[in-house]
Amino acid sequence: MGATVAAPAIAAQDRASRGLWHDAARRLLRNGPALLGLGLVTLFVAAAVLAPVIAPYDPIAGALADRLKPPSPEHWMGTDLQGRDEFTRILYGAQVSLQVGVVSVFLALVMGGTLGAIAGAAGGKLDATLMRVTDVLLSIPGILLAIGIVAWLGRGLPQIMLAVAVTNAPIFARILRGSLLSLRTADYVVAARSIGATGPRVLLRHMLPNALTPLIVAATLALATAIIDVAGLGFLGLGPPDPRTAEWGTMLTDSTKFLRQAPHLLFFPGIMIVLTAIGFNLLGDGLRESLDPRLKR
Amino acid sequence: MARYIVRRLLMAIPVLFGLSVVLFAFVHLLPGDPARSILGQHATAASLARLRESLGLDRPLHEQYFLYISDLLQGDLGSSLVNGRPVLQEFMLRFPATIELTLVALLFAVGLGIPLGRLAARHAQRWQDGLVTIISLLGISIPIFVLGLTLQFFFSVGLGWTPVSGRIDPRLGIDAVTNFMLVDTLLAGEPEAFVDAVLHLILPGIALGSIPLAIITRITRAAVLDVANEDYVRTARAKGLTERRVDNRHIMRNAWLPVTTVVGLQVGGLLAGAVITESVFAWNGVGRWVVDAIRTRDYFVIQSSILIFALVFLTVNLIVDILYAYLNPRIRYS
Repeated sequence: MGATVAAPAIAAQDRASRGLWHDAARRLLRNGPALLGLGLVTLFVAAAVLAPVIAPYDPIAGALADRLKPPSPEHWMGTDLQGRDEFTRILYGAQVSLQVGVVSVFLALVMGGTLGAIAGAAGGKLDATLMRVTDVLLSIPGILLAIGIVAWLGRGLPQIMLAVAVTNAPIFARILRGSLLSLRTADYVVAARSIGATGPRVLLRHMLPNALTPLIVAATLALATAIIDVAGLGFLGLGPPDPRTAEWGTMLTDSTKFLRQAPHLLFFPGIMIVLTAIGFNLLGDGLRESLDPRLKR
Repeated sequence: MARYIVRRLLMAIPVLFGLSVVLFAFVHLLPGDPARSILGQHATAASLARLRESLGLDRPLHEQYFLYISDLLQGDLGSSLVNGRPVLQEFMLRFPATIELTLVALLFAVGLGIPLGRLAARHAQRWQDGLVTIISLLGISIPIFVLGLTLQFFFSVGLGWTPVSGRIDPRLGIDAVTNFMLVDTLLAGEPEAFVDAVLHLILPGIALGSIPLAIITRITRAAVLDVANEDYVRTARAKGLTERRVDNRHIMRNAWLPVTTVVGLQVGGLLAGAVITESVFAWNGVGRWVVDAIRTRDYFVIQSSILIFALVFLTVNLIVDILYAYLNPRIRYS
């Protein structure tokens, strides 16, 4: 008897959830700006992943005779001070940005998600305490917090990832807590509780899946700021400790000494950062609209 | 209203406490031996001992914390490890430069963002709206340092319209009185120097203001559209009021609320952005000082600047919240 009752219920749930994502994907694919964003993001990921295959030169060893050359058929984006091919370094730079961006946003999701889930599910004093913790972190202006963390832990890619993650985590925590709080009195949550579902089960099976959409959108948008922040840290001299590493922000700092002779060293890394950020921003906005069509005007 | 202000002030106490713990840990819990980390590998035994003594590093942690707090409350933020000058004094010398830059950026962002947002809302879904959407997308997607360097390349290096960097032509020899360059040049009675100071402010102001500009534009557009569909707006139109009157008296009155809040919230971003903008334009403010402090590992300077920036940010947020409650009685009584 139990099985016959449970089976249609599960089937119905499956169909409903497939419906949400299916509909969202269809809306996303009809949204022009979002598609452009998706295209830019795909290009960025492809550049990062395929860098070792498509890069025409070595990213670290250059020929000093070729230094500061303007763009040419041999060097599409010119060469830098050490005579390294700028296009090659842009591709490898995408690798660093992608890696640091994805890892730091993922870390932020884990940290912020855990905090937010506990606060939103527990409520009361624990919630208040955790929210004061996020207040403290949010009171320190973004990049300054990241600077502080890198200064504290020392330079290095893992430190940069952690620093960018900590600046994003309180924002994610707030978002998740907010949506969980609004779900606490939802009919299906009350129903689940009334048939005797335990606290963690209600949270994990019923509330979290419905609270995730704002978090997905925020994480996509955070990838844009994470990539900008990483480049910003690099620009301030807090990038990867090995100065030979191709990192977009560090490459920009190097360009400032040669603005007159070699403006291409400013433009190409600059354009890449901007295009990547535009990509994630458009994709994030598109996801928001397609996951919650009521928001679209 | 008074009760709301008191409640809001009480809410700031745990945050201030948490902030002090974090900043205390920043120096006193430096990985490894804090004194050695701060002074570097070549420090002498005597200087290490002196620093341990002044920070109280040989005492239990809670005593160290109380020492830090009591110094803090007396306005003693420590001294720079590089030049030995008191951090607070150095900070006060540079802060006016940062305030000046931030205010110009905010003026640019508000002065352009609100009209752009209103324009986009009035012509929603038409080409003006699309153009404004693109501008605000670019605003949030172009990092300050990319925009700053690009502006520098075109307008300073290329066209020579504006100075490349700095706050004023050093040859003009302006005396520092308030350290607000615009004020000091006027006090000196030299209009030419004032113009020079204004020219120096343009590019950094635009670079720093670009992100708030994008956000303020978006929020204004959304706020105006939100209100424009309300019944009382339709009623106002129906009774034959001019479009201009409806706009000013019925729509904007109510759209100001979210816009005011968002403008206030930009201050944190502006302070963070100042760190980068000042580095691009060799602007002698607090932001550049922090970046220099990182290079020289001047921990007390980093610690105190984070503290003061956070205090400024919290104070502005407090003012925004109170202003918001004043404008919107629903918040006050909830």
